[in-house]
Amino acid sequence: MNSGQSLYTRRGNPLTVVVSGLSSDAHTWNLVYMQLVLEELGHQVTNLGACLPEEELTARCQAIEPDLIVLSSVNGHGCQDGMRAIGALRGCPGLITTPVVIGGKLDTVGGDPTMTGQLLDAGFDAVFIEADALSAFGSFVAFVADATVDPVGA
Amino acid sequence: MPGGSFGGLVARRQAEGTLVVQPRMGFADPAKMRAGLIATRRARACTAGTITLDSYTRMGDQASVLAALERGDELNGYPIIGHGTRVTRSVVRGVAGREYPVQVRHGSADPRAIVAASLAAGLDATEGGPVSYCLPYSRTPLAVSVEHWRESCDLLAAARSAGCEPHLETFGGCMMGQLCPPALLVALSVLEGLFFVQRGLGSISLSYAQQTSTDQDVEAVTALRRLATGLLAGVQWHIVIYGYMGVYPCTPAGARRLLAESARLAVATGAARLIVKTSAEAFRIPTIEENVAALEEAARVASATRRPALDIGDTGIYAQSLALVEAVLGLSDDVGRALLLAFGRGYLDVPYCLHPDNAGRTRGYVDPAGRLQWQRIGSMPIRHIAELPVQTRMTSTALVDSLSFVRNKFDHAGLARSAAS
Repeated sequence: MNSGQSLYTRRGNPLTVVVSGLSSDAHTWNLVYMQLVLEELGHQVTNLGACLPEEELTARCQAIEPDLIVLSSVNGHGCQDGMRAIGALRGCPGLITTPVVIGGKLDTVGGDPTMTGQLLDAGFDAVFIEADALSAFGSFVAFVADATVDPVGA
Repeated sequence: MPGGSFGGLVARRQAEGTLVVQPRMGFADPAKMRAGLIATRRARACTAGTITLDSYTRMGDQASVLAALERGDELNGYPIIGHGTRVTRSVVRGVAGREYPVQVRHGSADPRAIVAASLAAGLDATEGGPVSYCLPYSRTPLAVSVEHWRESCDLLAAARSAGCEPHLETFGGCMMGQLCPPALLVALSVLEGLFFVQRGLGSISLSYAQQTSTDQDVEAVTALRRLATGLLAGVQWHIVIYGYMGVYPCTPAGARRLLAESARLAVATGAARLIVKTSAEAFRIPTIEENVAALEEAARVASATRRPALDIGDTGIYAQSLALVEAVLGLSDDVGRALLLAFGRGYLDVPYCLHPDNAGRTRGYVDPAGRLQWQRIGSMPIRHIAELPVQTRMTSTALVDSLSFVRNKFDHAGLARSAAS
């Protein structure tokens, strides 16, 4: 990569991203917002919507074969629902190494200190619940996009 | 039957020039639910009662309801099926009646068991709709919801008896709570109303939820009345206004100002009924006392407001909603089938709604004057009458600004006033 390239080309290729809610959460404004953020970063988004059961989440992700899966929840049950979702996703042969992240308001008390560790141990690649979640999320997406850059000349 | 006639009571009050005010209120504990109904009835206001159900009952998850009741866990509403007929009858006995009808509010895409449980307890007024309780809150296919709502309407209509006219209110005037432009809210409210009437209901109400601009809301409710007058001849109907349903002001003063504005909107448009929100809305489920305070405040503002001679501009809301309703009704004589075809073709397309049966090609936004406008109309048949902006791309920042417009406007109104004085 030479120094003459713009910041944007150094972010890598447009990613195919799945955005989804979790099984018990009917909220959708957070999902619409995440879709817009990702589209503004130049990525292709399939938004699966709210109240998605684990079986449907895994079936859709196996069909789409995304570069990144973004789960968002704000109803306070995101930690439990997220643990079930990541278990189901990592149980699919095609999705074992797909980057999967989760964020939003994931518990009812607001910041259980052990929660991030539990979610990472269960198989998430990143958890975004802190005050700076959005900028950390942007950096993570850029990192994933860089990692998918085609070899020079390909 | 303690239910009486919901529509009849509202019509009598409207003829007397009194606005009926109603809370959203639901508690899992039967004693507390009864106390809430009694407190609402005793409030210094002309009220109707509400039993709001919990979200497990809404989803049809009776196992979770029973487990929660057994453990004594909190639920976010009254589990009308889980408690059973005997308990619910004891909750409303001697409270609900001709002068104080009680409505069951639920949010379900499959309300068959809820309607049956309500009727068994003598409650024959409820609300919702095949579109408005399916698209925003569930993944139920729209065709399945339409079928469930057909059966529910049939159940309700069959409960008609001498002096008892079951009542059903549309939720279509509130799609998504915010950022759905008024013409589509009006069209959906009318179409759901027509669906109810086609299934045999003789008493309905048409909802419209307060949006970002009172002038625009007045124009929208005027359009709703005009459409309903033409399409609902021979049916008992009234208009119900919902206080703002989107991101709520976080200061008590801001919340009170927004509540007062909703009461003025109801009076200005000649609406018969108002469903209020409380100052606690932004944070948690309100208490009985907070609900009573909001009802009394809304009634006070309403009685102090004179209905003005309506001199509102015409920005095309009536023409758009008429075009939508006519296009949908032209698809089939059966309103349920027409609704399905309309969503399939994108004639109806709710902005920001992610349901698989919604085309998702439309966008609404709040313009610099504070009015809720179309940014994109997808395939809706209003291209010849809708003004669209040059900028048709909604950004994440603009979305957040639009979503929090009302909160900011009402929270900051006091600051602006004190700075100006």
